[in-house]
Amino acid sequence: MASKPKLYYFCGRGRMESIRWLLAAAGVEFEEEFLETREQYEKLQEDGRLLFGQVPLVEIDGMTLTQTRAILSYLAAKYNLYGKDLKERVRIDMYVDGTLDLMLTIALAAFSAPEDREKAQASIVQKAKTRYFPAFEKILKDHGEDYLIGNKFSWADIQLLEAILMVEELDAPVLSDFPLLKAFKTRISNIPTIKKFLQPGSPRKPPPDRHYVETVRRVLQF
Amino acid sequence: MAGKPVLHDFNGRSRMESIRWLLAAAGVEFEEKFITCPEDLERLKNDGLLMFQQIPLVEMDGMKLVQSRAILNYIATKYNLYGKDMKERLLIDMYTEGILDLYEIVSRLPRTPPDQIDSKTALIRDRTKNRYFPVFEKVMLKSHGQDYLVGNKLSRVDILLVELLYLVEEVDVSLLADFPLLQALKTRISNLPNVKKFLQPGGQRKPRATQKVIEEARKIFKF
Repeated sequence: MASKPKLYYFCGRGRMESIRWLLAAAGVEFEEEFLETREQYEKLQEDGRLLFGQVPLVEIDGMTLTQTRAILSYLAAKYNLYGKDLKERVRIDMYVDGTLDLMLTIALAAFSAPEDREKAQASIVQKAKTRYFPAFEKILKDHGEDYLIGNKFSWADIQLLEAILMVEELDAPVLSDFPLLKAFKTRISNIPTIKKFLQPGSPRKPPPDRHYVETVRRVLQF
Repeated sequence: MAGKPVLHDFNGRSRMESIRWLLAAAGVEFEEKFITCPEDLERLKNDGLLMFQQIPLVEMDGMKLVQSRAILNYIATKYNLYGKDMKERLLIDMYTEGILDLYEIVSRLPRTPPDQIDSKTALIRDRTKNRYFPVFEKVMLKSHGQDYLVGNKLSRVDILLVELLYLVEEVDVSLLADFPLLQALKTRISNLPNVKKFLQPGGQRKPRATQKVIEEARKIFKF
């Protein structure tokens, strides 16, 4: 039988977190190897496992995968979370591109100078409230269904929940003007695989802290 | 029959440019509606056409498509430029993401403040020669004389890589010198009839940005 997927990354969210969410939501157990030293990273490079010298790295189905979006698309298709046809897939792509952009700005803000971080985070919350959340609130309002696309659970729903929770960590009442997103958040959080992922002890990682930032800087030398 | 795709964009190189290349290579005729002033952009926003208030926007097959990756994925799938199965698609995606990372750095160069140009150019040289081009040269080498990067068949990643090769040459023409197989790919793709037409004067490829064009874009998009 196939072995579990194995994830190579820092012990934190960064660009790997969306992959953890997707695997968890699909009910797929996985292993993780955490990068703590420069030597570990250099060994991965020397072994030729990092196509462009970068992590995330995921070993799955006998393959060595890098590039976050490529990995996510592959997993979404593999676990039937990518819609039923091309028209649904393009809508999923539009939505996940938007939420991924938002989440990557949050991940990058952790690396800004302390004096700039508050401003960066305020700007992110503002974007969420004026650009992203209104768009998704409207989608849910227009079709009145439980999921974003095709009345079926998909990658887009997983990623929107992930993004909502991340922005709430920056501004707890951020959903106050978005009643449908509030209901969506509750609904998706209660899906059994996701509920399990949201409990303590799961592979879900905490928000980036100073230790995480220092580790990444040390391993990647920047 | 559905009409031609309509591209809403600034009249210059932007995130739409790779979409133009892909449509052209697929032999798909398209129309362009240019945003020439802030009011044009406001109107698109107010009409609810821009899901995340951003361009590019492509109207196609009865849909209003935004997010350049989503648009490229759709076009590539529709016109059979995305490999024959999940594994080929995965390889294409991995290569594409690498290309897009370098593309992002290179395409921002015209907008870089003068005091940062040298360091940004040095970064481009380093990434090009040490991180990205060697990977693709090796892919072509290992394919034993095949003409394309994946599956011995033209796909979106050949077109995107060649677009990037042109951009890198504009920064420093010597950067391609150590990569003969990439140069050969560039020549081969450029000679495909649809691509040749796109690259000729009068074709829809957009020229390199001048300072004037960048200033106009700044006024409209406020960056």
